[in-house]
Amino acid sequence: MEKGPGPDAVFAAKLAEGVFEIQKCGSCGTHVFHPRVICPACGSADLEWVTPSGKATVYARTVVRRKPERGGDYNVVLVDLEEGVRMMSRVDGIAHDEIAAGLKVIASIGEGADGQSAVVFRPEGGAG
Amino acid sequence: MSLRGKAAIVGAALAGCGEAHGKSAMEITVEAVHGALADAGVSLCDVDAIATCQPLDMLSGLTLAQELGLNPRFTMNNRMGGSSFLSHTLWAAMLLELRLADTVLIAYGSNQRTASGKLMTALGLPTYEAPYRPMFPLSSYALAADRHMTQFGTTREQLADVAVAARAWAQKNPEAFVRDPLTREDVIASRLVSDPLRVRDCCLVTDGGGALVMRRAETAKDHPRPPVYLLGGGEGTTHRDISEMPDLTVTGAAQSGAAAMEMAGVRPSDIDVVELYDAFTINVILFLEDLGFCRKGEGGAFVESGGIAPGGHLPVNTNGGGLSCVHPGMYGIFTLVEAVRQLRGEAGDRQIDGAELALAHGNGGVLSSQVTNILGSEATL
Repeated sequence: MEKGPGPDAVFAAKLAEGVFEIQKCGSCGTHVFHPRVICPACGSADLEWVTPSGKATVYARTVVRRKPERGGDYNVVLVDLEEGVRMMSRVDGIAHDEIAAGLKVIASIGEGADGQSAVVFRPEGGAG
Repeated sequence: MSLRGKAAIVGAALAGCGEAHGKSAMEITVEAVHGALADAGVSLCDVDAIATCQPLDMLSGLTLAQELGLNPRFTMNNRMGGSSFLSHTLWAAMLLELRLADTVLIAYGSNQRTASGKLMTALGLPTYEAPYRPMFPLSSYALAADRHMTQFGTTREQLADVAVAARAWAQKNPEAFVRDPLTREDVIASRLVSDPLRVRDCCLVTDGGGALVMRRAETAKDHPRPPVYLLGGGEGTTHRDISEMPDLTVTGAAQSGAAAMEMAGVRPSDIDVVELYDAFTINVILFLEDLGFCRKGEGGAFVESGGIAPGGHLPVNTNGGGLSCVHPGMYGIFTLVEAVRQLRGEAGDRQIDGAELALAHGNGGVLSSQVTNILGSEATL
């Protein structure tokens, strides 16, 4: 294994620069997220960073209900990237109740809970 | 070598269920231990292996040994969440069968209701979920419920019927914490927390503890109460974080249940009474499907309109479950204690006539760990 930061730190550093990358296994070709040391499909340590298309489909969604004085409602989704990996995220630019499984979305870099960079999604070709 | 029928639960007790004002988690645990040892007619000094898992104490196995003044040959501190205790029984059976231990004690206790009023956990949000602020653990189960509704057409009403059935059982159990009437309409009108789950889809937050004593089958009849034999067990771990669960509609219960039933040599239709880890209403629907009581996607119809309530086609969570009886954060041991009571015929107004074969099922994490135990009376050996 190489010296230097592990995959979590590499991912975080890229994201802080506004770059969203996932891993791809050089041995079996499987895309991998979250970032890992070895490929969960074949065990190979030959994982390289690649740029995903950003295209994804909502797999499931919930809306956390919060009073307006506590910041109001927000959505939490699981999305399946075109490359075959799933991640938790949020869909912006659409009413919470219009988000449902099957919605086509596209990735961008937005802001997470404590102001750090986070991968978020918007409806594909949608307004906002 | 099979573990079928090789070990038995010879003592079981609860302590501090509901509210245990002024007591620590370990004090509740030890009260349960005291009760289970008395129930088994076993003295403390005979215990030579212990198993526990406490919500905040990472070294709780050591703490329990210290509290009991024991120097056990084996100390099990397996942490898989609420399912841990159904794994402890399997390890206990292995130790007993290999004659590495003669008397195994399994114990748990929590004071989360009176100490904090909410779930007490040492867990933080996972790195790749924290930026999106899911409620832990509620939003994970909400996502599973949403997916089940999308994929199979499971309805809001069917989720509600799980809570209504639990309440109907609780009304037959004087030890249940909440026994007021509850209707489908009440559940659907309760506060929305994380869509589609509402307050009444969620388990209680109570105090409580439980303990079990296990011995080899050959000595199990030397105790005051009828032995309850461990006929089969199995585990399944599919993920830790909900974003890593391969399919939100299929849990590791499919694996754990099949393994447990194969070891026990039974089918779902043989089971007389079922105790499932109902942290949220969706759990029961998922587990009934994955354990084979109905086909995948048909769990909603199975529970609809009293299917698992008193008088329904399958008695599920006869104590009132985590939804209405007790839920101190890790509910697993309570599935086992209720199964023991049913198989001993001690369950009072909620007793299932002729119950000989029970299934207890534990869930840990966010549908992450699934562990199934099949328990039987002497007639099932």
